[in-house]
Amino acid sequence: MNQYYHSIRIDTEKCDGRMKCLRVCPTQAIRVRNGKAAIIEEKCIDCGECITACPNNAIIPLTDPFGELTKFRHTVALPSPALYAQFGREILPEKILSGINNLGFDSTFDLALTCGEVSFAIQEYLREYKGPKPLISNVCPTVVRLIQVKYPELTDQIIPIEPPRELAAREIKKKKSKQLKLKENEIGTFYLTPCPVKMISIRQPAEKGKSYLDGAISISDIYGPLLSAMKGINKGSYRKALENICILGVGWAMVGGICRTLRLKNSLAVSGLTELLKVFNDIERGKLRNIDFIEAYSCAQGCVGGSLTVENVYISYNKILKLIETLEYEQIKACPDIREVRKRYSQQYFFIKGKFEPRPLKPLDKDIAKAIKKRKEKEEIYKLLPKIDCGACGAPTCLTFAEDVVKGEAEVTDCIINNAQKLKKLL
Amino acid sequence: MTKSDETLLSQHFEITGGDFNNAGKASTSIKEILQEIGIDSSITVRTSIASYEAEMNVVMYARRGELTLNITPEKLHLKLKDEGPGIKNIDMAMQEGFSTATDEMREMGFGAGMGLPNIKKNADKFELFSIPGKGTSLDIIFCLNKTEKK
Repeated sequence: MNQYYHSIRIDTEKCDGRMKCLRVCPTQAIRVRNGKAAIIEEKCIDCGECITACPNNAIIPLTDPFGELTKFRHTVALPSPALYAQFGREILPEKILSGINNLGFDSTFDLALTCGEVSFAIQEYLREYKGPKPLISNVCPTVVRLIQVKYPELTDQIIPIEPPRELAAREIKKKKSKQLKLKENEIGTFYLTPCPVKMISIRQPAEKGKSYLDGAISISDIYGPLLSAMKGINKGSYRKALENICILGVGWAMVGGICRTLRLKNSLAVSGLTELLKVFNDIERGKLRNIDFIEAYSCAQGCVGGSLTVENVYISYNKILKLIETLEYEQIKACPDIREVRKRYSQQYFFIKGKFEPRPLKPLDKDIAKAIKKRKEKEEIYKLLPKIDCGACGAPTCLTFAEDVVKGEAEVTDCIINNAQKLKKLL
Repeated sequence: MTKSDETLLSQHFEITGGDFNNAGKASTSIKEILQEIGIDSSITVRTSIASYEAEMNVVMYARRGELTLNITPEKLHLKLKDEGPGIKNIDMAMQEGFSTATDEMREMGFGAGMGLPNIKKNADKFELFSIPGKGTSLDIIFCLNKTEKK
């Protein structure tokens, strides 16, 4: 039994062991064994880098097919604001939402408004928080997993407020079940996702609780059908459609979109895995203790850079910026009622049910003395290796290969470079 | 049976004064070692903070320095020795907010006068020895079995 659910599967028929995935994996979670890629479950943080890197499309993000909709009596689509970013000012959220309705959902829900509410809730949380800083946003499930695995001591600094998609799904289930006289499990809530990671956060929430979402459908899968579904829709008043956009929430999908709404003196917005590693190292060293809040995404530029989006990431980033500029220029400032948010905040409405627990990687051995011995062995083995990180043994680097050998998961003789040199000497 | 004072691991790092390109590398390596051998994560974090502050002190003020990590079954010992200006007034240097950092250092986000006090705060035992004009040495000790003893 796998302990962790992952949103990524490898199609062994399509995989021809070309090792592109091996090299891009930021946590060295992939090995190529017998010519096929395999994922080490405990190391994988579901960032999706391998999906983009695979030339054969052999790494498949597990999102839900459309057919899942028939399982429910009433279905609701909740598109990530990253979907709005695909269209920007040209097609406004109102039209996108009615397009989605035409695709076979019973209703749609605009997450931008919930994002706005959560912005206010984060403000409240930051105001009364007294623990170590900075606090870190939890909208990106890869960020949460990266912290649990590589920076376990920072888990207490992840903001324990439900991300908008979960909060909205919870409320939709409550309201719709009353309204339609159905059970909550007869209402299907589907997130239209820019990345595969949201799928695991549904199947296996990081805080070990239960997700209120029933599935995730890829934006790239829905994009084509959505374009045709929007064709028949008559444009209403453009101004009116603008007035329905929550200015606080619409930018949440791009890096800086949350910070922009918090009006903090000391906040940072970080995106991209390598950048995250640098920043988290600095947090751990205590270098950033004067920063109040960090908005973090594993994809460059935020959710608009997710592997399941269609539009070029910089274009979509710009499209959202322009949309926000338009709203500001037109002085349209639709947003949730802050007093209402504060009231609900005090009633614990925004908080996650479970707790983010650390998920540190296993050391070389449970016993420190033995682990140190194994580490020495590892260094000895490493010294003998060619250090060119060719990957031919199936491990991404010579160092990870040495680790695999010490753990008993590979044989020293798997290094073909060393074998070739030995042969040369014999000849 | 391993003796309680037997050195299980000893790792040595060279630090070059003024080399901001490589600043922080020793403490990153130390953190990785501790994670790999399964040191309790709260000790790992405290060590990581202390070693970073110590390393940065060398980079900012000294010509060169050596940082040594020694682990015995009971203790984790960071020993830092540098060749540099030394500290004239140790009591002052241990006060939070006291700093001799230049404007450039402050520009880079250092020099809040938190370095040495922060090392002391995170360590279980801390000793500082300095000869003005020659250099400074630090002994930073973490107890590995603290929770069991209590």
